[in-house]
Amino acid sequence: MIKHEQIETNLGLMLVLTLLAISIGGLVEIVPLFFIKDTVEKVEGVRPYTALEQRGRDIYIREGCFLCHSQMIRPFRDEQMRYGHYSLAAESQYDHPFQWGSKRTGPDLARVGKKYSNEWHVQHLMAPRSMVPESVMPNYPWLMTPLDTSDVADRMAALRITGVPYSVDQAELDKNTKEFGAEVAKQLHIPDAQKNLVAQAQAGNYDGNPNDVTEMDALVAYLQVLGTMVDFSKYDNDRFVQYR
Amino acid sequence: MSQDKAQAQQQTTGHVWDDDLQEFNNPLPTWWLWTFYLSIIFAVVYWFFYPSWPVGKGFLTGTGTITYKNDKGVEKTTHWSTRALLMKDLQDARESQKKYLDKVAALPFDQLKTDPEAFGFVASAGGVLFKDNCAPCHQSGGAGKMAFAPNLTDDDWIYGGTYEKIQETITNGRHGIMPPKGGADLNDGEIDSLANYVLSLSGEPSDAAKAKAGDELFHGKGVCFSCHGPDAKGNKDIGSANLTDKIWLWANVPAAGTAEKKVEAVKAVITSGLNKGVMPSMKERLSAQQIKLLTSYVHDTLGGGSK
Ligand code: HEC
Ligand code: HEC
Ligand code: HEC
Repeated sequence: MIKHEQIETNLGLMLVLTLLAISIGGLVEIVPLFFIKDTVEKVEGVRPYTALEQRGRDIYIREGCFLCHSQMIRPFRDEQMRYGHYSLAAESQYDHPFQWGSKRTGPDLARVGKKYSNEWHVQHLMAPRSMVPESVMPNYPWLMTPLDTSDVADRMAALRITGVPYSVDQAELDKNTKEFGAEVAKQLHIPDAQKNLVAQAQAGNYDGNPNDVTEMDALVAYLQVLGTMVDFSKYDNDRFVQYR
Repeated sequence: MSQDKAQAQQQTTGHVWDDDLQEFNNPLPTWWLWTFYLSIIFAVVYWFFYPSWPVGKGFLTGTGTITYKNDKGVEKTTHWSTRALLMKDLQDARESQKKYLDKVAALPFDQLKTDPEAFGFVASAGGVLFKDNCAPCHQSGGAGKMAFAPNLTDDDWIYGGTYEKIQETITNGRHGIMPPKGGADLNDGEIDSLANYVLSLSGEPSDAAKAKAGDELFHGKGVCFSCHGPDAKGNKDIGSANLTDKIWLWANVPAAGTAEKKVEAVKAVITSGLNKGVMPSMKERLSAQQIKLLTSYVHDTLGGGSK
């Protein structure tokens, strides 16, 4: 038997035992979620981000947008009325790290995709007060600089380790084709990442300049896809109620 | 140290540090202990009524239930959860607004406007929807923004100011496109002439000789007339601007101080064309009912709506 005194006089032991004691609460709440069948709701349409969107997400994190913006609509009446359908766990299943958050200086962004035009996002990010005079959001003029695309494949490979189904070989590509369809599967193929990124930026022309690929292209592409993957008109709301 | 005696009678943990440093072992206050025991009992009762422990691949749902009517009016009963609670809240919201929403759904636009109760609802609910979804582009009160989004309070409509057209605009969105140089092969002199002609149409200062040449180009080689119409009054079906009024959206003529700057502003638009005017489609974001509310709001509250 360890005695009280032994623990108190042994700093290392006390640290380990304290950590054990306080992690029980967390573990009891979190671990079962990995085993409960319906933690992540089954819905169609949710896919990993394309190379360009993923780079946009990295910039979102780099710039600290999450300090003012959450990406989770909670199941409350006022939130549903303002932002749209409450967020599903399934919608952030490929997010590492997730952007749920609870600090909202600005509005929630979980369903901001397609709410505004690309042009609006560009002007708003360059100078928020030019669009919303009372805004307190900072200006991000440096986003109009060229995007470094050289390491995008590495970034996707890192996410692959966490379980995001980006493909590296033909077999995985075929598997994705079956799951997400050929169009999406192509976008998730790591060997083509850089090529896909440039193609999407030029075709989408998010920053209003079709020739070069900027950080703005990536960030706006990311913002425009937020919350648009699930078509809620296809589902009965009563179904999602059952999952919790 | 008069406390020493009292302390000596109290229990200590028995540890002695640095020769004489001791630690008391006082019993917890009774009230504290009882609060603690009661909270444990509360937790057990809570497990019984509310979703709690994981079991296998599921979890205990508890005996508490919530009964709500979904948006199709079907009654459902389910175990307690925040999502079910929301469904109930939304049902309550629907029921408390039903009186107004039914009227909004049933009345045609022109009667909606004359019914004080329904119109009051349009003004408040429509106003909130407008602030959330439209004001970031059309600005507060729908005043518009030069070179970005049109003013919704004036009588000038790019796509038409009737209820039907406004409803169509909000539902499906709009995207006005003008190819660079109107799609024609024009040199700088020709663009200069066209700009002078366009300015002359709304009584802005212009060079008469250039305007005359521009008139010919507009109706000939420049093919501008094919979109803007022979009278340059625009075509509401494709949203080509009326060039004969003093209302500008893209060429910032009002802010240009001198005649040369006005010409420059119009030339810039003709040279590079227009592709930026994107009004997003709202049909996936807003319900048909909300779009009807907004249509009435834009037409009758912001003013400027036409028959
Ligand atoms: C200091 C806090 C702050 C930071 C940091 C911030 N924002 Fe904002 N954001 C706001 C506020 C406040 C608003 C609401 C006013 C407005 O629209 O500008 C807003 C609005 C927005 C909107 C419009 C949302 C809507 O539904 O109308 C978007 C999109 C947005 N921010 C994106 C970003 C991105 C991307 C970043 C990081 C590059 C960022 N924000 C960083 C405070 C912030
Ligand atoms: C992303 C910015 C943006 C948002 C958000 C937006 N609009 Fe627009 N809207 C525009 C632009 C740009 C045009 C002009 C399109 C063009 O010229 O082709 C326009 C045009 C219109 C018109 C037609 C005006 C005319 O003269 O014919 C109406 C009506 C309108 N918007 C109403 C709304 C309403 C109501 C909402 C909110 C539900 C809204 N808009 C949200 C950008 C926006
Ligand atoms: C393919 C159709 C098309 C052709 C051809 C065309 N336009 Fe336009 N034009 C438009 C549309 C559509 C708009 C409005 C765009 C918007 O609101 O987004 C516009 C807008 C303009 C404006 C801006 C008005 C304002 O409010 O600021 C000017 C000036 C103009 N056109 C001049 C011309 C001239 C001169 C020509 C001939 C060289 C021409 N256009 C040819 C479709 C056309």
